[in-house]
Amino acid sequence: MKHELKFTLNGQPYEIYIKPKTLLVEVLRDELGFTGTKRGCSSSSCGACTVMLNGASVKSCSILALQANGAEVVTVEGLAKGAELHPLQKAFLDHGAFQCGFCTAGMLMSARGLFEENATPDVMTIKEAIDGNICRCTGYNSIVRALTAVSKGEYKEES
Amino acid sequence: MIKDFEYLAPKTLKDALTLLDKYKDEDHKVIAGGQSLLVLMRQGLVAPQYLIDIKGISELSYIKSDAKEGLKIGALTTHRAVEKSPVMKNGYSVLSEMEKRLASVQTRNWGTIGGNICHGDPAGDPAPVLIALNATLKVAGLKAERTVPAEDFTLDYFETALEPGELLVEIQVPSPRPRTGTAYSKFNIIESDMATVSAAVSVTLKSDNKTCDDVRIVLGAAAPTPRRAKKAEAVLRGKEVTDSLLKEAGNVASTEAEPLSDIAASAEYRQELVKVMVARIGREALARAKKA
Repeated sequence: MKHELKFTLNGQPYEIYIKPKTLLVEVLRDELGFTGTKRGCSSSSCGACTVMLNGASVKSCSILALQANGAEVVTVEGLAKGAELHPLQKAFLDHGAFQCGFCTAGMLMSARGLFEENATPDVMTIKEAIDGNICRCTGYNSIVRALTAVSKGEYKEES
Repeated sequence: MIKDFEYLAPKTLKDALTLLDKYKDEDHKVIAGGQSLLVLMRQGLVAPQYLIDIKGISELSYIKSDAKEGLKIGALTTHRAVEKSPVMKNGYSVLSEMEKRLASVQTRNWGTIGGNICHGDPAGDPAPVLIALNATLKVAGLKAERTVPAEDFTLDYFETALEPGELLVEIQVPSPRPRTGTAYSKFNIIESDMATVSAAVSVTLKSDNKTCDDVRIVLGAAAPTPRRAKKAEAVLRGKEVTDSLLKEAGNVASTEAEPLSDIAASAEYRQELVKVMVARIGREALARAKKA
């Protein structure tokens, strides 16, 4: 039997009917077409599927979508405002913080979670914040450099 | 591929216990944050007919502490809330340190401390620390409540003392005694991974601040359940704790471990790790006890 799922995605309300076994990542990608969120390991290891759920970063491959009922979800598509990239995205671009790009959406959402808690994290805190996100190209240094630049205030967050 | 199930999402503890009582003889499973369970369901190792989702029961998410009653944590409190709670500074900072080592930020943001304990994985992080802290677990059924010492809760691999129809509702940690220090650490290759071996040690010193009055040594991922190394504890109790005595305790603890070999390490390697971890973490607990 299908159940109703009502939630807010990137500021827009959605109401869909899904099987209870549907995972949040499946709703985002397969039901609603928000394919910025990536499905990597599907076992809570790689972090490519990271999204924000009620203001906290979570792995959308390991959450039943029905557990997001009534929640506010933000995916990587929700970062930019129209054509204006989010400061984190600008920092990633300027520092070349991607090689293949598959981990980028998850990295950005983990970074978003970090900066919501702590506007000026040090390098160690940055590394700890992304330790649930694997970059298979091992491009971690440029990611850490981009986030360090954000931490130093080089990319202002216009809320 | 996850098999289809019927989904029930009670919003109060009473509703949850009523449902659990109704379905206790059926093929059912309780899900909290699901950070461990969904992995097993995806692998087809667990395929319940009914899934009872308790994550939305907000009354089971809280952290309270007072000097007399000690610390009380609602079973559905997230790992992240425990990690970040300022309450942990009142003598429970080892819980915050343990949570910081547990999986990744994302998993801690959604996973619950009670869910972790009920999963019954001997490599889980909270159980060894709670056992070292002499914690008690409050369990509720529709008709009655009972308490189980944390060290008696896990019975075997992925098997707990919960009876059908029961839920873990609260974790109770007594206020630490004076001159008590507790430490926890785990050995793992990847920071966000499970423990290859973990250990929690709690030391209480006598008023001379040297002699061990009481000690609890708990091993994780070294036996079918989190296990107290009682013979190793006996090595330390009543003695002045020195580095060489801690080393001896580690060697004895290793004989009490019954680890498995798996992808992370062989049983023999784990037994060596126990020696090192017990001595190292014991040293940290001792240093903390001297300052407490």
